[in-house]
Formats: sequence, structure tokens, C-alpha cells
Amino acid sequence: MEKTVQKKATRDAYGEALVEVGKKNPNVVVLDADLSKSTKTNDFKQVFPDRFINAGIAEANMVGMAAGLSSCGKVPFASTFALFGSLRVADMIRNSVCYPNLNVKIAVTHQGLTLGEDGASHQAVEDVALLRAMPNMTVIIPADATETKKAIHAAAETYGPMYIRMGRPSIPVLFDDSYDFQIGKGIQIREGNDVAIIATGVMVHIALEAAELLAGEGINARVINMATIKPIDEEIIVKAAQETKGIVTAEECNILGGLGAAVAEVLCEKHPAPLRRVGVEDTFGESGKPDELLQKYGLTAENIAAKAKELL
Amino acid sequence: MSKLAGEQMAELQSHASNIRQEIVKMVAAANSGHPGGSLSAADIVTVLYFHEMNIYSDKPADPDRDRFILSKGHASPVLYAALAEKGFFPKEELATFRKLNTRLQGHPSRKLLPGVEQSTGSLGQGLSSGIGMALAGRLDKKDYRVYVMMGDGEIQEGMVWEAVMAAGHYGLDNLCAFVDSNHLQIDGNVEEVMNPHPIDDKFRAFNWHVIEIDGHDMEQIISALHEAKQVKGKPTMILANTVKGKGISYMENVCGWHGTAPNSEQLQKALDELCGNGGEQ
Ligand SMILES: Cc1ncc(C[n+]2csc(CCOP(=O)(O)OP(=O)(O)O)c2C)c(N)n1
Ligand SMILES: [Mg+2]
Repeated sequence: MEKTVQKKATRDAYGEALVEVGKKNPNVVVLDADLSKSTKTNDFKQVFPDRFINAGIAEANMVGMAAGLSSCGKVPFASTFALFGSLRVADMIRNSVCYPNLNVKIAVTHQGLTLGEDGASHQAVEDVALLRAMPNMTVIIPADATETKKAIHAAAETYGPMYIRMGRPSIPVLFDDSYDFQIGKGIQIREGNDVAIIATGVMVHIALEAAELLAGEGINARVINMATIKPIDEEIIVKAAQETKGIVTAEECNILGGLGAAVAEVLCEKHPAPLRRVGVEDTFGESGKPDELLQKYGLTAENIAAKAKELL
Repeated sequence: MSKLAGEQMAELQSHASNIRQEIVKMVAAANSGHPGGSLSAADIVTVLYFHEMNIYSDKPADPDRDRFILSKGHASPVLYAALAEKGFFPKEELATFRKLNTRLQGHPSRKLLPGVEQSTGSLGQGLSSGIGMALAGRLDKKDYRVYVMMGDGEIQEGMVWEAVMAAGHYGLDNLCAFVDSNHLQIDGNVEEVMNPHPIDDKFRAFNWHVIEIDGHDMEQIISALHEAKQVKGKPTMILANTVKGKGISYMENVCGWHGTAPNSEQLQKALDELCGNGGEQ
């Protein structure tokens, strides 16, 4: 790994993408709850001050306002940290957005453990389980800056409630502009027929590292980037189950209810196969640097590789 | 209420200065954290811990103790500095703030650190817990008091107003809330982002007794706390006019110091200013 990889935070890509979709579609409006410099919605505010609405520190009202804006034909992107945009406002999203099936995009940053030093109070690991259980909701976790941009464009162009989960730290840019993002489609990004690693978000580049570790031991791991957690791509999961000896999932969420759970549901019903889940193991996080936290909580290439070997 | 004797006042001032120094040292060592709102609350927290509240480090779980909830949990450095100054843990531990495996989490954790009455950090939730503690005190016929510190941005949260209504409804005179009115939140001035003013009339309308003070004047803080104890049948809100970043010239009233750590040069300047201001020699 001598070559230098370009790194970029998905939240930075979000800010840029918002300006792009704002230019394309005058109905795009952006809401934030006093975190616009952190979520990067400030980029949009600078270009379109009239279409930026600061809710203040009042996330529940922000979601409700977004619902109303959507009902009048606007395309609202409502942003804050993942914790406050999901758990804090779960009922508002459920009853004011999902139930009437309004076109609200809850686009959050500072997901999971890699939020870092702010600690457990701010580290949402339960959000995906919660949002995934809401009818009509689409849940997307982009793996890098390129995918973030494509996901934001797709979100702006596709009707319906969406939860798009992005991160704080800089992470490797994995894809170039030719990358084909489609809502609801997993993408195989590395070939292999011994085991399959299905990863999402920040864990995708770590899954690729795990595949390198395994390759060093003569094990060929397929890697699938599962950016859309809901609706989940059943076909690619079943295919992986058929063609490999088993599946490891990797996510920056609680393994209860997250990607691992979604994959398990598909496997059990469609094609039972051995499964190991790498993720936060039903615990709260803590303060620390993002990399230290990934290490301490086992969200590492080494752990993914070890779990993969259990399946052989 | 009689004025504090000169030496008592000097002692409080010296605690406040020590707490301010520890705040900037801790945030600088972590290279992360929130100095601005910690410094604006420092004088009130000093008076609570070193003059007003009945709490002791050797019995942190005493059922009769007064309770303090830092609802604006991002100001954790002021709480940690006060607890260390009060002897709850060694000051050396402050250097672990925000680092892996620390008890001094980015936002206070009740489960990890004795002296922390409630886990906070997700804004707007502390007053409700304070009401619960005040209701329990009433049920148990105890005369402890409950203090809650909120930010002026924090009170934009709807849940705060549910709590304000409940405390007024139950007439909780054993509850006293502070609003740290430093006029800044993250995205700018509170008046511009989402104006919560007039804060005093809103609380009065919910059956609260309201006292407005200069939140950096020890005498005013002390006498407001004294007055709050005399009020019967109503909770008290002390509207404290403060300066974000108070005590460090380059941080005062500057929004950018909400959540930014000083570098080593800035830290030295901060400590020089604080020591020059009647703190340590
Ligand atoms: C529910 C929630 N939303 C957003 C945040 C992020 N946040 C942390 S501090 C802050 C601004 C707080 O402003 P204020 O209450 O005025 O605090 P102070 O000026 O005293 O630091 C925000 C928005 C949070 N911690 N909790
Ligand atoms: Mg403030």
C-alpha cells in the first residue's frame, strides 16, 4: 500500500453535492439545526441563502417543517448529526414523513463511532436499525466521497423519504466518476469465491484491506459495497451465498438491526448460509480518535479477516 | 443578604481562576472540546460547588446531597474542573479528557464518573431529569435542592419548554435552573439563528420566579441563589448574562471558540491572562 490514496470526508462531498443539486433544482431547500458548519450545509447556505432554513437547536421542529415543505412541492434536505436526526426525532420521521410518504431527505453526518471525541452521547449506532424499520423509508450509507455525491443526486431525483448517513473524518476515495450508483443496488467491488464480505459506509475500505490480508493467505474474498441498506439488494446477497462458503458483514452500526441483520434476514429466508457480523456489538461507544475507536471495538480488517476464516 | 467577607470572596475568585485554567489546559491537551461555554458558566459553577451546594467528594451518593445537572453537557470541562478542584478525583486525571478509555468523556457520563448526576450532551434533556430529582425529593420529604444549567441556544429545544411547563405546574420550589445567556450558539448569535428572547417572560408565564443577574458577579450569583431558596411554590430561573469565553481576551464573544481547542501558544497566553487576573501568583 505504498501509493498515496486520496482522502475526503463524506460530509465534505455532501456540502458540494448540495450546491450541485440546488443549482439543478430550484425546489431543493436545506434545513439544519445549528450545525451547518459541521454538516457542511453551510456550503449551500452561502450560495442559496434564501433556500436555507436554520431551525436552531430544535431537531423535531426541523423534521416537521421539512414535512410541510415537502407537501408543497419542495425537496427538503434536513441535516444534523446522525444521532439527533434519527433517534431524537424518530416519531416525527415516522408519523410526519414516512406515514404520509413525503419527499423528505434526512441527510445526517457524524455517523457512528468515527464521530470520535464527542463520545457515546453523540455516537449513533442504533439509527440504521430504527430507520430501517419504518415503512417507506430508504436507508443509504455511502462508502466514499464519490458515492456520496452520486447518492445525493439520486436522492434529489427520486421521490420518497430517505435517510442518508455520512461521516466526519476523511476516508479513502474508492471510486471515480464512472462508478455506477443506483439506489437499492449492491455492487461487487472485488472478485472472489472463497468468502464474501458485504460492507457499508466507512467499513468498505476496511473490507478491501481485509480482502488483501486474506489474499496473502491464499483466500479469495469477494467484497460487496452495500450502500443501500433498505431496500436491500437480495439478489447480490443470494448470489454471494451460492458462490462462496459464507458471508461476513461489516458496518459501523450496532449489529442488532443493522446491515448484518438485514443480510441475515435475506439469507435465512432465501438461501441459508454461514454468516459472521462485524460491527458494534450492542454497546455504547466512547470518546477517542476515530481510528482508535474502530480498533478498540473490533471494526478492523484483522477482525473481518479472522471472521472470514471461521467460515472456511 | 450580607456581603461575603473579603477573604471568602478571594477564595471563590481563586477557585474560579483555577477552574478556568484547568478548562483551557484540558481542552488544549485533548486538542478537542468546548472552551467558550465552559468559561461562560465558570463563575456560576464555582459558586455552586464552593459556596452553595451541599456536596462532598467522600460521599458522592449521599441521598441528602444537592444535585447539579449540566444540561449543556458540551461544557463538561467546567464540570470536570470543578469536581477535580472539589477533590472528586486527582487533577492529573483532567489530562485524560476526551481520550480513549477515560472517565472524562466528551460529554459527562453519570455511569462512569462519581459526581456526575446525569449523562448529558444531547441538548435539552437535563431540566426534565432535574424535575424528576426535585419530585423525588418532595416525595421523600428531603430538603436537598436541584440545580440545572442550560445554554441559551439549548433552550430552543422543544423539550425544554415541556419541562418548564411541568416544573411550573408542579410548583417545584426545590428546583433552580440557570440559563447561561452568552448570546452565542454554533451557527451565530442566538437572536439571529432562532431567537429565544424574551426568556424571562416566557418562564414567568409558566409560573416560574425569575431573577436576572450578571453571571460573572459572585455577589449577584450568591444573592440570587439565596433569593431562590426563599421562594415558595415556584421554581426559580436565574437568567445569567454572561460572556462566552469569559476571562480569555481572544475568546470572549467569539463564536469560533465554541468548540475549538487552543494551540500551545494560545494556551500560554490564556494562562498568562488568567493568572494575571487575581488567580494563582
Ligand atoms: C440535541 C442536540 N442538538 C445539537 C447538538 C450540537 N450542539 C452542541 S453545543 C451546541 C450549541 C449550544 O449552544 P448554547 O446552548 O448556547 O451553549 P453555550 O453557548 O453555552 O456553549 C449544539 C448545537 C447537541 N449537542 N444536542
Ligand atoms: Mg450560548
